[in-house]
Amino acid sequence: MNSPAYGARANYYPGLLFIVEGIDGSGKSTQLTLLSQWLRGEGYPVVFSEWNSSPIVKTTTSRGKRKRLLTPLTFSLIHATDFSDRVEREIIPSLKGGAIVLADRYVYTAFARDVIRGVDPGWVRSLYRFAVAPTLAFYFRVPLEVALKRILSSRPKLKWYEAGMDLGLNADPNESYRRFQSKILSEYDRLVEEYNLYVVDATRPVEAQQTLLREAIRPYLPQLERNLRVYENV
Amino acid sequence: MKTFESYGVGIPGVDLSELSGWLVVIEGTDGVGRTTHINRLRLQLERMGYAVAETGLTRSDLASRGIRRAKQGNTLGSNAFNLFYATDFADRLEHQIIPALRAGFVMLTDRYVYSLIARAIVRGADREWIKQVFSFSLKPDAVFYMRIDTPELVHRVLRNGGFDYWESGMDLPMGEDLYDSFIEYQRRVIHELDALASEYQFQTLNASRDEEENAEELAVRVSTLLETDRGTRGAPAIE
Repeated sequence: MNSPAYGARANYYPGLLFIVEGIDGSGKSTQLTLLSQWLRGEGYPVVFSEWNSSPIVKTTTSRGKRKRLLTPLTFSLIHATDFSDRVEREIIPSLKGGAIVLADRYVYTAFARDVIRGVDPGWVRSLYRFAVAPTLAFYFRVPLEVALKRILSSRPKLKWYEAGMDLGLNADPNESYRRFQSKILSEYDRLVEEYNLYVVDATRPVEAQQTLLREAIRPYLPQLERNLRVYENV
Repeated sequence: MKTFESYGVGIPGVDLSELSGWLVVIEGTDGVGRTTHINRLRLQLERMGYAVAETGLTRSDLASRGIRRAKQGNTLGSNAFNLFYATDFADRLEHQIIPALRAGFVMLTDRYVYSLIARAIVRGADREWIKQVFSFSLKPDAVFYMRIDTPELVHRVLRNGGFDYWESGMDLPMGEDLYDSFIEYQRRVIHELDALASEYQFQTLNASRDEEENAEELAVRVSTLLETDRGTRGAPAIE
């Protein structure tokens, strides 16, 4: 029953795929928004894809969360369902058309969260085999306390699964959230090694991080139009 | 005493050694009389003193509505459908099948992962991948495959209200109209089920036969299975 795991499906489409990962409060979404504004300003077609956003599947996920029906296994599968729908109907068609696809969270979010919930690491990597490997994957590394301060200072109430309450780490949602995020951080450290993620120091000023991102993706941009011409002629 | 095991990976938070009871699966395409046979088996086993529960595809609390909604508009990617069905199955496994087995019930299951694997392969999913996805599922005690050929299936389906959009593979589609697509789709599904039947050692019954004969054969085979380990498994028998 050994089938290839995630990573086997290369991006052989003309478009480019850049993704950001990191714990809540790492500032990854801000950086991705800034990147998309810059790219649009430069005249590139940009498509945004967000974690957990497939219109049909999202309703079931919300229902499962609200009624606390989700187990580690179904939590994993419903997120894979959502992601699969976006890969098929959003990410791949856009890459075929030569767009720059920017994804806020990618398979690594699932690898980190699901494994902490007790899902088999090999199984979840195989589950996501349909996902295209990104052109570049940025990981926003931030110390736990910094991220917690950003999140907990502004947010009134943490949701059940968000705080990792299903893991039984602590009866207090804030303390549970803290321990859950700390576990996610360690999983991410493993993933950085395993998948060679591009690490960004998320404690640096916003502008400095953005400059780094732009410099990292700039070398790929000239390929876009050439790729598209080749692809359309095949 | 036999204990349950999965096809591959475990289920997070579930200790399979706690399960007793029996997991009995009826597989087959539409129109082979699965529901009738399950109803008859249920009555018979209850008369023998067994506690019986049943489940079937898309009956989960979590995902059944979502799947129904997605089917109405055909607005979900094909592979996402495969995974949506896997979610529905996992929810039923954890919330219906496992609790019933823990309590020592006979769980009669109207189609299992095999139908889902077959339909996914016909829709282009990689064979090894989709089997790996479902590798958390429990190995049943017995799988009865009600097998039928396409021409006979057409007669039955027409008698029972006609062609269904999804059971005809019209999301693909595989022919000009419902009839053409149905023939080709079901031919391929049956082909995949046949392959799974030998791989997973199904007990095949000829569904074109007289219904009574099949009912009797099922009754004998299931009661033999149950009686051989009665007292070591399942809920205490009501004598």
